[in-house]
Amino acid sequence: MAVPAIELKGITKTFGHVVANENVDLVVNRGEILSILGENGSGKTTLMNMISGIYYPDEGHIFIDGKEVTISSPKDALDLKIGMIHQHFKLVDVFNATQNIVLGINEGKFDIKASTAKIKETCEKYGFEIDMNKKIYEMSVSEKQTVEIVKAIYKGADILILDEPTAVLTPQETQKLFNVLRKMREDGKSIIIITHKLHEVLEISDRVSVLRKGKYIGTINTADADEAILTEMMVGEKINLDIERSTPHDSVDRLVVKGVDLYNKEGVQVLHDISFTAKSGEILGIAGISGSGQRELLEAIAGLQKISGGEILYNNPKTEKVEDLKDKTPLQIRNLGVRLSFVPEDRLGMGLVGNMDIVDNMMLRSYRKGKGVFLERKKPKQLADKIIEDLQVVTPDTKTPVRRLSGGNVQKVLVGREIASSPTVLMAAYPVRGLDINSSYTIYNLLNEQKEKGVAVIFVGEDLDVLIDLCDRILVICGGRVTGIVNGREAKKEEIGLLMTKGYKAGGEADA
Amino acid sequence: MLVSFLHRAVMQGIPLLYGSTGEILTEKSGNLNLGIPGIMYVGGISGVIGAFIYENSLENKADANGFLAIIIPLLSCLLGSLIMGLIYSFLTTTLRANQNVTGLALTTFGVGFGNFFGGSLIKITGSAVPSITLTVTSSFYSKTLPFASKLGWFGEVFLNYSFLAYFAIICAVVVSIVLNKTRVGLSLRAVGENPATADAAGINVNKNKYFATCIGSMIAGLGGLYYVMDYATGIWSNDAFGDRGWLAIALVIFTVWRPNLSIFGSILFGGLYIVHNYLNDIVPNMTMSKQEIIKIAPYLVTIIVLIAISTRKKRETQPPASLGLSYFREER
Repeated sequence: MAVPAIELKGITKTFGHVVANENVDLVVNRGEILSILGENGSGKTTLMNMISGIYYPDEGHIFIDGKEVTISSPKDALDLKIGMIHQHFKLVDVFNATQNIVLGINEGKFDIKASTAKIKETCEKYGFEIDMNKKIYEMSVSEKQTVEIVKAIYKGADILILDEPTAVLTPQETQKLFNVLRKMREDGKSIIIITHKLHEVLEISDRVSVLRKGKYIGTINTADADEAILTEMMVGEKINLDIERSTPHDSVDRLVVKGVDLYNKEGVQVLHDISFTAKSGEILGIAGISGSGQRELLEAIAGLQKISGGEILYNNPKTEKVEDLKDKTPLQIRNLGVRLSFVPEDRLGMGLVGNMDIVDNMMLRSYRKGKGVFLERKKPKQLADKIIEDLQVVTPDTKTPVRRLSGGNVQKVLVGREIASSPTVLMAAYPVRGLDINSSYTIYNLLNEQKEKGVAVIFVGEDLDVLIDLCDRILVICGGRVTGIVNGREAKKEEIGLLMTKGYKAGGEADA
Repeated sequence: MLVSFLHRAVMQGIPLLYGSTGEILTEKSGNLNLGIPGIMYVGGISGVIGAFIYENSLENKADANGFLAIIIPLLSCLLGSLIMGLIYSFLTTTLRANQNVTGLALTTFGVGFGNFFGGSLIKITGSAVPSITLTVTSSFYSKTLPFASKLGWFGEVFLNYSFLAYFAIICAVVVSIVLNKTRVGLSLRAVGENPATADAAGINVNKNKYFATCIGSMIAGLGGLYYVMDYATGIWSNDAFGDRGWLAIALVIFTVWRPNLSIFGSILFGGLYIVHNYLNDIVPNMTMSKQEIIKIAPYLVTIIVLIAISTRKKRETQPPASLGLSYFREER
């Protein structure tokens, strides 16, 4: 009865030494909605990009309607009637809706007016409401998404892939989208929807396929699934990592965050009433789906983003005074001993300058020191040598540009520099992303050493096994809200997994 | 006098119009080609070389064939500027080199190339003055409409130009229509605004960039040819082309990337460029220094326009969003 529309067999894709997808099998039938569920970095988007021609698989086969196909460019995907709605919309801002939709279509006469009329027909069929003459830059996120979907359908897509379509929508908009998707399913189209949100998976899809760390775990019918089963499939068995963890001693409250609100540049609230305490001699983990506000939270503490409400109190161990970081400049905060070793998606983006060598990168923190107009190079050189020796950084010499080092070594340089200034608060975001096992352990040991020295360590991680084994307490945030603080020694993976997604219930309205 | 001023302003504006039309087409594909001054220069000298070879192949200059005298320099000009466009495209699109650096290098190279061959030709002719005179070719290039002189001021202002001048206006209008009214133009603008989107829509990004840049270069090269053959009456001397190439790029900003506006913009810039000559008669004591101050007018106007469009932040008057950036699909 179920007719497979698209079938993947043994798909593998690697980026450098990072395996994004390993031997993945997947089947989507005609007239069904398939959810793909997985944690951050489980390879969902990479897999979909291979179907839509953005990436080319290293190994494996793709079948459409039972015939093997090669998808080597987005154009091939379009010809096979595959349409993908990316998380970051692929729309030209200065064009209006119609222009964006007809872009790339090479058949028939070029007539914007006639096209507009035809597009309107499509919209009415599925119940889209959109002003065809509105420019994209004047549109709301939900309108842009509608344009993307209309574009895919108008170009004849039978297989529609949506990458986290609800992440940016309000609950009402999400319901609208789901109604449209259901109509499309009735129309015989196949829909793949990528999401982290369990309740949405249960609500909209017919079947769920789960990926974990690039591997295909399995597929179950939504009717047989519940949140517990899905979470278990998503996070997997607890793996013991054997990270040494000492009991915190002499802990005092170092950083007290109270009711912090923050709005981003677009005016969207990304942090809602965040409160927690980071204690000295303790590692506080922060768990959450990526983009839940982790980055903004750390940047707010470091003074890089202005908070609109609440306070960030710092208990200064030297003066025993409590100071509010809210009113301080990033430099003043740094001088208090609050260190941010931020490792964003593009490793080198913040913290290190890729084209400069290790010594120069050390000097980024020390160039204000020293007398006279010339830079003091001797001490940074000594520090660089020390970091290379202590942390076993693999580099030809201190003069090699940092970008030529491997990921793990870059991380070591960055973390090494930040701890060299003996901080009182050390914040590390995704410090082991993309690192091999040994380098990861070096970083864990470094963080543990700092903890023993009495530093309040804040560790933002994505691997739940690591968080549970490394951290003393774990703060879980979801959609910019704190959904729970659990004890690292007692926490269960499923418990954290649920906290990470539960706040999404009723579309972003946290019930914590 | 106003009539003659307008006439000269148009003649002065034509090379700028070619340059800016070519550059707008190029920039709409996301390529910021700062090599335009060099490309116009190469266009000029290539035309001169073509004309020089043809004129020297004639036994008697009087029996020059009008068709050949026009087509040979025209083709060699187009070829020269096409090669420059190809070099730029290959470096920036295929090898993804930095566009600013590549463009500036091409300008330096183009001017050097022109001066080298200009100097060589001057040496071959053994001329006493440091210039080459191609009067035969020029006489064909500067042919105007025969009845223009009979129509008084109207003829002088609107009709008394050579075919290349009218072709410049046709070019600008055609480019404007192609960009805004056709499928090709829509794809091209998408490439310049957001290449990833264009790519996902199945548009060949590199092909669009290559075509726009090469055709744009050829159009700009014609500006160099017009300058030598008509404006300078067939006399090439090194560096005489001056800063017209940069003025053409300034004109692109001035007209907020719209070739149809360039038609009027170029005449305005042309007028501002020569107005100091006419002020001599009106303003007493026009010294050299005062003339030079007036000569900066086009640049000043461009800066004012830049300030205006930057503060107003209207999306339609902004440069193409991906201008100056190279595109690579698998970049994460």
